[in-house]
Amino acid sequence: MFSLTPLEIEAVQLSLKVSLWAVALSLPFGIAVAWVLARCEFPGKSLFDALIHVPLVVPPVVIGYLLLVMLGRNGAVGAWLYDTFGITVAFSWQGAAVAAAVMAFPLMVRAIRLSIEAIDTRLEQAARTLGAGPLDVFFSVTLPLTGSGIVVGAILAFARALGEFGATITFVSAIPGETTTLPVALYGLAQVPGQENSAIRLVILSVVIAFAAMFVSEIIARRVRRRIAGA
Amino acid sequence: MSLSVDIRKTLGVLTIDAWFECAGGVTALFGKSGAGKTSIVQMLAGLTTPDNGRVAIDGKPVFDSATRLNLAPDRRRIGYVFQDARLFPHMTVRRNLAYGARRNRTRENRGPGFADVVDVLAIGALLDRQPHLLSGGEKQRVALGRALLSAPRLLLMDEPLAALDAERKWEVLPFIDRVCRDFAIPVVYVSHSIEEILQIADTMVLVANGGVSAAGPVEDVLNRPDLLRAAGDGNAGSVIPVRTSHLDPVYGIATLTFAGGAFRVAAPDLTVGESLRIRVRARDVSLATERPQNVSVLNVFEGTVGTVSTAPGPQLDVSVDVGGAVIWSQITRKSLDDLALQPGAKVFAMVKAVAIDRPSGAR
Repeated sequence: MFSLTPLEIEAVQLSLKVSLWAVALSLPFGIAVAWVLARCEFPGKSLFDALIHVPLVVPPVVIGYLLLVMLGRNGAVGAWLYDTFGITVAFSWQGAAVAAAVMAFPLMVRAIRLSIEAIDTRLEQAARTLGAGPLDVFFSVTLPLTGSGIVVGAILAFARALGEFGATITFVSAIPGETTTLPVALYGLAQVPGQENSAIRLVILSVVIAFAAMFVSEIIARRVRRRIAGA
Repeated sequence: MSLSVDIRKTLGVLTIDAWFECAGGVTALFGKSGAGKTSIVQMLAGLTTPDNGRVAIDGKPVFDSATRLNLAPDRRRIGYVFQDARLFPHMTVRRNLAYGARRNRTRENRGPGFADVVDVLAIGALLDRQPHLLSGGEKQRVALGRALLSAPRLLLMDEPLAALDAERKWEVLPFIDRVCRDFAIPVVYVSHSIEEILQIADTMVLVANGGVSAAGPVEDVLNRPDLLRAAGDGNAGSVIPVRTSHLDPVYGIATLTFAGGAFRVAAPDLTVGESLRIRVRARDVSLATERPQNVSVLNVFEGTVGTVSTAPGPQLDVSVDVGGAVIWSQITRKSLDDLALQPGAKVFAMVKAVAIDRPSGAR
């Protein structure tokens, strides 16, 4: 019988919590940025596009370090957050969620942007002539037709957030029960001799969760596509 | 209702410079593809912005470059039926129809009722279907209903039948015709088909190279073969209002009386007493200076030569006045000289019965 130890349960719960928050936090921004990149032309657009993709190409440790510099208690943003709201994200699970969100952001934007670009803008024109304002058109036509792209983008981001390690350990370290997500816990076990069995169990857990996420994503995406069949 | 349009816009090599007014009913914009018809209606709808000019409905401008007024498309209350139906794929037919209705209805502006529109367009059985399950003709009817239900002050139709095959076209056209009459919404109808225009339009605007070359009642404009040819209609000729006076069931021949006599055409399915319009193409009319004997041509009219077109080239148009009605004939310059035709000369105009298309309903 495969039963989980308290440590494993804690790691799984923490990983799911951090990843879900990361996705929930970044999804509205992801949709907005994807829309801007798909539909707007402005000077500096390619620079903006490149900035969005930075977490994809820069070593994760660099991102984690930058987050630490900016959001740490003494960082520019971190100090302001602490002084105004009394919040500190460094070395907490919230910080892990922020790191995961930043790292997963480019993947999410790419998936959503592709599906916005696939929408026939003439449908949006038709909606305008029927009396819908720009915001109304976005929520009644663009967003519903982006459905499958949003689901795919969210699940991709979720899977990426689950696997986040480099930026997380740099930004929030490995605090037991607070920031020991599955990869962080696995790294910890790998450092200690004689823990091979426990490490393998975490590996299997990670693989199972990732596959489950992809499976669910496929089912939801298919259902959304069927709802807007023909598109 | 009145629509007045006076707009200019440069689009690459084409410069749109359109000026026309219409008082209501159905106004057809006719011209070659690439003449600028679609660009004009897009500017009316607000989907593109003219460089300068003015567009007003009932005297109230929706665009006026002088006062920098440019209402957004959703604020103009101008309906638009596109060539491709553009139904929302994620909504059922019912929700597509309701889309505009929900956003435009106010207490003083009720517009056509849902049940009436569904009834007139015969789309009751389609309401719970998704758009991708509809045929081309059904999609276009739903698109028409969706535009109508948004309670527009003006309805633009941009070649709504162009994407349909010939048979479907005649399935949808009567619906468009009924809609224009039943709901009394003024329509601007873009088309390059004279048959469609004859069926539904009151006023006609000829568009050529981005400009307006003629505008007026359909019969008047269609009786200007020179202008029509310039606008891309190789079948130019005359349009004559007629009334069915007799049907010959044995031969399937209908007798259609007009000001100068009667046409006999092969049209077995007409009813006596109907008012119709027939179109006689100039190239189907031949001329003779003496009454021809023993010919198969059923329609021979005695008349006098009115005008002879001065266009250069081997072919020209001659108008023949037949008891007040005008029949245009396209002949060669050689025939003109051989017959020595001059304005005022007596001629016989001959039209083969089979050369006349099935008559269209008169407005």
